[in-house]
Amino acid sequence: MTHLRKRIVVVGHGMVGHRFVQAAIERGLTETHDITVLAAEARPAYDRVALTSYFEVGAKALSLLPKGRYDDPRVTLRTGSEVVAVSPRRRIVTLSTGEDLHYDALVLATGAYPFVPPVPGKDLPGVFVYRTIEDLEAIRKAARRARSGAVVGGGLLGLEAANALRRLGLETHVVELAPRLMAIQVDAAGGRTLSRHVERLGLSVHTGAMTEAILGARKVTGMALKDRKSLDVDLVVFSAGIRPQDSLARAAELAVAERGGILVDEHCRTSDEHIWAIGECAAPGGVMYGLVAPGYSMAEVVVDRLLGGEGSFEGADMSTKLKLLGVDVASFGDAHGTTEGALELTYADDVTGVYKKLVISEDGRRLLGGVLVGDASAYGVLRPLAASGLPLPDNPEDLILPAGGGGGLTLPTEAQVCSCNDVTKGDIIAAAEAGAVTRAGTTCGSCKAQTRKIIEDHYAGQGQVVDRSICEHFPLTRQELFDVVAVHGYRSFDRIVEAHGTGRGCDICKPAIASILASQLGGHVLAGSTRTLQDTNDAYLANIQRNGTYSVVPRIPGGEITPEGLIVIGEIARDHGLYTKITGGQRIDLLGARMEQLPAIWRRLVDAGFESGHAYGKALRTVKSCVGSTWCRYGVQDSVQLAIDLELRYRGLRSPHKLKGGVSGCARECAEARAKDFGVIATEKGWNLYVGGNGGATPAHARLLAGDLDTATLVRYLDRFLMYYVRTADRLQRTASWIDSLDGGLDRVREVVVDDVLGLGTELEEAMARHVDGYFDEWRATIEDPEKLARFVSFVNAPDVPDPDISFREERGQIAPAVSLGPTIPVGGAR
Amino acid sequence: MTPVCRVDQIEVEGGVAALVDGVAVAIFRTHDGNVYAMSNYDPCSRASVLARGIIGTRGGTPFVASPMHKQAFDLRTGQCLDDAAVRVPTYDVRVDEGVVLVGPRLESP
Ligand code: SRM
Ligand SMILES: Cc1cc2nc3c(=O)[nH]c(=O)nc-3n(C[C@H](O)[C@H](O)[C@H](O)COP(=O)(O)OP(=O)(O)OC[C@H]3O[C@@H](n4cnc5c(N)ncnc54)[C@H](O)[C@@H]3O)c2cc1C
Ligand code: SF4
Ligand code: FES
Repeated sequence: MTHLRKRIVVVGHGMVGHRFVQAAIERGLTETHDITVLAAEARPAYDRVALTSYFEVGAKALSLLPKGRYDDPRVTLRTGSEVVAVSPRRRIVTLSTGEDLHYDALVLATGAYPFVPPVPGKDLPGVFVYRTIEDLEAIRKAARRARSGAVVGGGLLGLEAANALRRLGLETHVVELAPRLMAIQVDAAGGRTLSRHVERLGLSVHTGAMTEAILGARKVTGMALKDRKSLDVDLVVFSAGIRPQDSLARAAELAVAERGGILVDEHCRTSDEHIWAIGECAAPGGVMYGLVAPGYSMAEVVVDRLLGGEGSFEGADMSTKLKLLGVDVASFGDAHGTTEGALELTYADDVTGVYKKLVISEDGRRLLGGVLVGDASAYGVLRPLAASGLPLPDNPEDLILPAGGGGGLTLPTEAQVCSCNDVTKGDIIAAAEAGAVTRAGTTCGSCKAQTRKIIEDHYAGQGQVVDRSICEHFPLTRQELFDVVAVHGYRSFDRIVEAHGTGRGCDICKPAIASILASQLGGHVLAGSTRTLQDTNDAYLANIQRNGTYSVVPRIPGGEITPEGLIVIGEIARDHGLYTKITGGQRIDLLGARMEQLPAIWRRLVDAGFESGHAYGKALRTVKSCVGSTWCRYGVQDSVQLAIDLELRYRGLRSPHKLKGGVSGCARECAEARAKDFGVIATEKGWNLYVGGNGGATPAHARLLAGDLDTATLVRYLDRFLMYYVRTADRLQRTASWIDSLDGGLDRVREVVVDDVLGLGTELEEAMARHVDGYFDEWRATIEDPEKLARFVSFVNAPDVPDPDISFREERGQIAPAVSLGPTIPVGGAR
Repeated sequence: MTPVCRVDQIEVEGGVAALVDGVAVAIFRTHDGNVYAMSNYDPCSRASVLARGIIGTRGGTPFVASPMHKQAFDLRTGQCLDDAAVRVPTYDVRVDEGVVLVGPRLESP
């Protein structure tokens, strides 16, 4: 029993300081201690690792503590409070305001600061560092008036900064002193491959180049390099390494490491027994770690110690995997092959820019480390393999050859899968079984795919989830199947069924897999072997009707059509003898086309500027619109324009079930937008976005996801919403029942789509961007491809002879299908 | 027997319709290399469509699912797997030097 509560003071609320507080709350340290966090930055801790995404997602999405306070009342967070002195003797810290605060235990989590070499001109306006949200904000402001910029430093952070400059529209240079990029992580050959990738993106790479001065009188106008032409730039970002923020400790005469950093023992205790140091400011055993994972371990160790535990910090895995400028780069373990007698196995493909190296022990039995550039898909298996010392398979080259990806290997239970959060394979499986989740994948994200695969393999191996499985051929749900395909990068049904299923599939799993492949790969739904997976509607890009004929529905975005368009459709219907009807989706259906007639009908439609309406696909159908503000006296926004834009954006998107949208120009709601999977209703200030509406058998009104959005935000939320649905919904599950099935329902959708709590926002948007960029008209591509056309014949041996079993009658002045009584077997037919 | 097409004109796990003595016959090719023929007429939906169905297996049984309402038919016997009372006639079929030959309609097994 403690009678007096004690006080812990934490200096610094960065990623590690935050993790310390989280762990302290979770593990009950706050039962006996009050915690006061003093933070110099104006905002609570945010995800510095994802700093570069600030430009896309904004500060709110990066925040690690969006509410600005901890739920535990015994923790006080004081932002904008800088500590200027520590007195170990009196056990107090002094704030810049002069205020003193007593502590029983002091935790220094002051992080690091960017190192700026002492070159002339380094203080000119137009010179920046890359560490905080404020830095990025300043860079963005300056970039508006700049044309070109240089980043000093071609390491991991330098390349991130360079990418940011490029995305801000600047002509970008990378100046690196070492002879290659990312010298710490990758070897010479990997560095070359990386340089080629980076240069292909239009950046200029200067390796082996020393910055002599930043030029300019009142602001940056250029940069002088030793023995080279100077660069004509008006903005410079220094990213030449970081230095531990150890000034408080130095002034307090705590021991510091030779190369900087507060010297701590394996318990993260400094030379003063009441003071601890964690994260980038600390140097356990003299070594400073510039990554977040070791900092998290240190935070856990100190919490454990303060609770009386025995935890200690044992050094850390410096493996990294990132996507830099769209290029996968990973290094793990002994990447440079410094272990005595180490062997190297490399694979290089200069055409695709892939370079992979494995470092293997002298006896060839264990993986020590490696480097992956251009394709790091095997990282999830290789890193834990190197860390666990599991014996290598007989043909280690399979691990890095293109088709391999570490496929057949199983990791041992104790293998650490998430190095950021120290989560093992065993932890992941235990959590999955308890219906819980681990922290794996929530920090740098590089272990996400591997984590998913472990869960998926675990379930598949148990064969106990039959009830949720899609059909007798796969012991998986659609979502699991989606993930399996994504993780392995499968491109064909054969590979998938061989690896994860039994038998040869059926009419349930085949179309589901076709849809998953279409969502992930794009491409033509009739391409190659995917054709035979498609339901007949997709297989013939038309809807089958009761007598075996098909209907034709050209896209009429937003329901807007010119008189010429109407006339062309009328002419085509007349010339081919088709039945016409206005559909419930604001467009025109032409029915009664025999399969062999489809190409000719579509050739004329395509010539007239029409494209597939995807009435046959589990895909976006229509975005229905009212006339909106252009004509309607009540309209407040141009609903037609938005409906057209949305329909064109999402056309062709393959999804678990069909998707429909609607846009109304005011609250009178003439477009019935709230009956759609996504509905948009104009407001005076912008748009209200509703999701999860449904007509059909189980009608539902769409509910408000977010209000008064500008068009760009609306589209961003919709991108995320739709992709999230595409990825996670069950087969043939409309959005309404999908939302109901989620734990947390619509609120969960809002968290993911609007608040981006899973950090998936950018990934989902990128997936949608790939869909939008990859769109093409399926019907045009079909009529231009003789191979695809070859299947549009009535009979393989009599291509143009109409099927004698298809017949019509007349009704209300147009054709109608007649019931066929079946083939009349000619005399002697049953020989 | 009537030659109708080359076997490679039928996709693996796909089907084609052929006109044999004025009657629509569906011919299928399975993953294990077998070729089957049955009437193209789906008695459940009363439409000539079976060649356009999806091919798969139920247990060890190769089947085609009607594209109309998904009833499954055993490719070997024409027996409807969802309704014991329904059976589609099958045809004798053979592949000779890469050419598919369709023979007479087979009597009930
Ligand atoms: C053609 C059309 C009826 C018409 O003449 O108006 C139609 C026709 C079909 N509907 Fe529909 N639906 C049509 C508008 C609708 C609407 C109204 C709308 O979109 O505003 C609804 C209710 C809204 C909704 O979907 O929430 C609608 C709810 C359904 C449903 C029930 C879905 C549900 O969630 O319960 C089905 C069944 C299904 O998809 O599983 C269905 C299925 C079908 C299918 C595809 C049935 C089939 O598999 O053969 C019909 C074939 C279409 C064809 O041959 O072209 N159709 N169907 C309409 C085509 C719209 C278009 O331009 O693409
Ligand atoms: C662009 C970028 C990309 C990165 N990418 C990765 C990556 O992919 N993987 C990875 O592992 N790591 C990455 N890192 C590094 C990672 O962000 C750091 O390892 C991590 O943030 C360290 O956390 P920390 O809490 O120790 O320090 P910080 O996050 O720097 O927090 C320290 C805090 O203490 C405050 N502070 C300092 N002095 C005082 C004082 N006297 N009084 C009060 N407050 C004070 C500071 O203002 C700061 O807010 C990246 C860093 C950057 C900048
Ligand atoms: S929803 Fe409003 S703007 Fe659109 S047609 Fe109806 S009344 Fe006019
Ligand atoms: S390894 Fe970084 S989140 Fe798991």
